[in-house]
Amino acid sequence: MIALIDYRAGNLTSVKKALASIGAEVMVPSAPEELADAAGVIVPGVGHFGATKALEGAWTEAILARVGEGRPLLGICLGMQWLYEGSDEAPDVSGLGLISGRCYRISGDVKVPHVGWNSLAIQQKTSIVEGVVPGSQVYFTHSYVGPVNGDTIAVTEHGETFAAIVQRGHVAGVQFHPEKSGDVGLRILRNFIEMVA
Amino acid sequence: MLSKRIIACLDVRNGQVVKGINFEGLRSAGDPAELARRYNVEGIDELVILDITATIEARRALADTISRVARELFIPLAVGGGIRSEADAAAAVEAGADKVSLNTAALADPALITAVATRYGSQAVVVAIDAKRESAGSERFAVYARSGSTSAGRDAVEWAREAEARGAGEILLTSIDRDGTRAGFDCELTAAVSSAVSIPVIASGGAGGLDDFVDVFTAGRADAALAASIFHYAETSVRVLKQHLQQRHIPVRL
Repeated sequence: MIALIDYRAGNLTSVKKALASIGAEVMVPSAPEELADAAGVIVPGVGHFGATKALEGAWTEAILARVGEGRPLLGICLGMQWLYEGSDEAPDVSGLGLISGRCYRISGDVKVPHVGWNSLAIQQKTSIVEGVVPGSQVYFTHSYVGPVNGDTIAVTEHGETFAAIVQRGHVAGVQFHPEKSGDVGLRILRNFIEMVA
Repeated sequence: MLSKRIIACLDVRNGQVVKGINFEGLRSAGDPAELARRYNVEGIDELVILDITATIEARRALADTISRVARELFIPLAVGGGIRSEADAAAAVEAGADKVSLNTAALADPALITAVATRYGSQAVVVAIDAKRESAGSERFAVYARSGSTSAGRDAVEWAREAEARGAGEILLTSIDRDGTRAGFDCELTAAVSSAVSIPVIASGGAGGLDDFVDVFTAGRADAALAASIFHYAETSVRVLKQHLQQRHIPVRL
């Protein structure tokens, strides 16, 4: 059973539908204690980094406890940014710090937010990108990005190059929306489900 | 590089697509889910379901339509037409819409933009602007409400800026002068609005041939382009259009 965390940062309908379509069993815990039996955890989310403040305390402890037990964690969009140490968008709110560095606003002579389909340049072959063809396009909608570092699996360019996919062991994050990225997105979700199995 | 998006619009009444459809191999030509599936196979980047009905019963049919399309298609889905309140927006989102398009209701009560953006995020809020040249040759564009029937007394560029400031994530900009004419998009209108805001602008109204899309992505500075009938009648397949754009060095998802 995969636990999908609802912290009121956007709507979960699309993520639930995409997971259902690939046969994943999903529950939405109403309290952190319900995470005890989760085989894997997904933190979705859109919007302002400050929304992750709702995860401070018991939720963070429960999620980190699962990660400590070796259960896979996937962060989507804002959920990926939360894997970093923090974000310039809400300097007072801490991230999980599982991926090093801080998120920052996209700069350069481009439109912000970055909305639409853009390509993945795969840097490292890991389980989360199994079967994903380099150059595949996925759907983004965000204004902040995570820095490229040793855990960066794929990068995308918009004004500058940023981390589109990160993975460190059984912790992974995607800046785009796999639930809105057609077959490529479903493949990445399936790769995560296989990490859980 | 960020691709230019091609968006198909489905005009739906009582759960059925109403503009003419001429695809071969569709079991039920008017079924939005089946048409959406077809567009998806051809490589459409996004879908807009535009509800053109008014009754409560039809609203329930709309929620069912959204749900059926969202269950099997994993590309962005926007829903518009008659969204007058936060509750209407919530019903569309709960049914599976990723974005709601606000038009007349946002003009009447601009705070609605902020309310929906606060609840679901700016990426979920599209403000639709129907605009018309103030007079032939004028470079000023007036905003119209109620499906283009009533002047809103606003300037399109100024309203787009306000919508952005209030939390809109995208602008869906329709030229009333060009809508249905197939004379090409209004590139001057599109460029004026696109240059004035940082959020993406979706151009609509006037798509006729392949080069109309080239023009709106270059001279018009559009981030996305929307069309309905040219895709429905299968005169232009999405794939052929994208290949044409790629040959003209416009980035697309193929």
